[in-house]
Amino acid sequence: MKNKFSLFIAIIFLSFCFIVFYKGLSKPNTYIPKIMSKKNIPIFEVKDFNSNAYLNSENIFEEDTFYIVNIWASWCVPCRTEHPLLMGLSKNQSVKLIGLNYKDNLSNAKKFINEFGNPYSQIIVDNDGTLSVEFGAYGVPETLIIDKNKKIIRKFIGPINKKIVEEIKLIIK
Amino acid sequence: MKILKIFIILFLSIGFSHLKSDEKNDELKSKILKNIRCLICQGQSVYDSESEFASSIKLIVDRKINEGLKEDQIYEFLREKYGEWAIYDPQLNEKTYILWLLPLLLFLFGGVIMIKKLIFKN
Repeated sequence: MKNKFSLFIAIIFLSFCFIVFYKGLSKPNTYIPKIMSKKNIPIFEVKDFNSNAYLNSENIFEEDTFYIVNIWASWCVPCRTEHPLLMGLSKNQSVKLIGLNYKDNLSNAKKFINEFGNPYSQIIVDNDGTLSVEFGAYGVPETLIIDKNKKIIRKFIGPINKKIVEEIKLIIK
Repeated sequence: MKILKIFIILFLSIGFSHLKSDEKNDELKSKILKNIRCLICQGQSVYDSESEFASSIKLIVDRKINEGLKEDQIYEFLREKYGEWAIYDPQLNEKTYILWLLPLLLFLFGGVIMIKKLIFKN
């Protein structure tokens, strides 16, 4: 009876270990956070890409407007693949695109915009990556949706695709 | 001459106290950075990583220390931005209580088995 109980406990324990490792190994290694609640956009002062003037976040984000903040850099290859989709989104009247130029060389970034087009209503410069951290970003490319109450409601890590564009369109409808 | 000596002593003491506070800040910075997970790396802390993400976090932590934020406040800031996962030392809450209590329970369970065996042997 005692042996049977020990065997039962051993089987339960091994099954538990198997399930934990099986689930753990089948999960992707990259950490993708979930936005549990709407987060306020950070308050910051930043350099404008074109004029070099300092702007306040209060002046960039107005209430009652949807914004898409796209973090990009000229050295980022996936940014090139998502750029035509951003150009398409920029035609949508119900949303404004803000480009956050991440740790980039200014002349390379300007070349990038001249070559592929400018989908952004405003581009701001994040030379050291700290503004991206304030937005809770991981790197480039990354796209955030900001609602009419100036809250971050959705975050897309990596380049956007057609499916994501459809999702964005549904959100801003 | 006396006044000059006093001035030199004052100047040196101010200089050394400044160095000491810089040293303290560096120690605190290292401690915090070692406790932050590099979220885009594999099993590395921000302290160990040279990634773009880690270098931005290093700058932010440095800035927050200079702004006068305490260690816990910096962790709270990062938790708010990146979630509990960003910190190696998770807080005890409804999501992490199993993590904290399971080793204790296993330890107690093992202890009970050992005591039982000893009593039976005797």
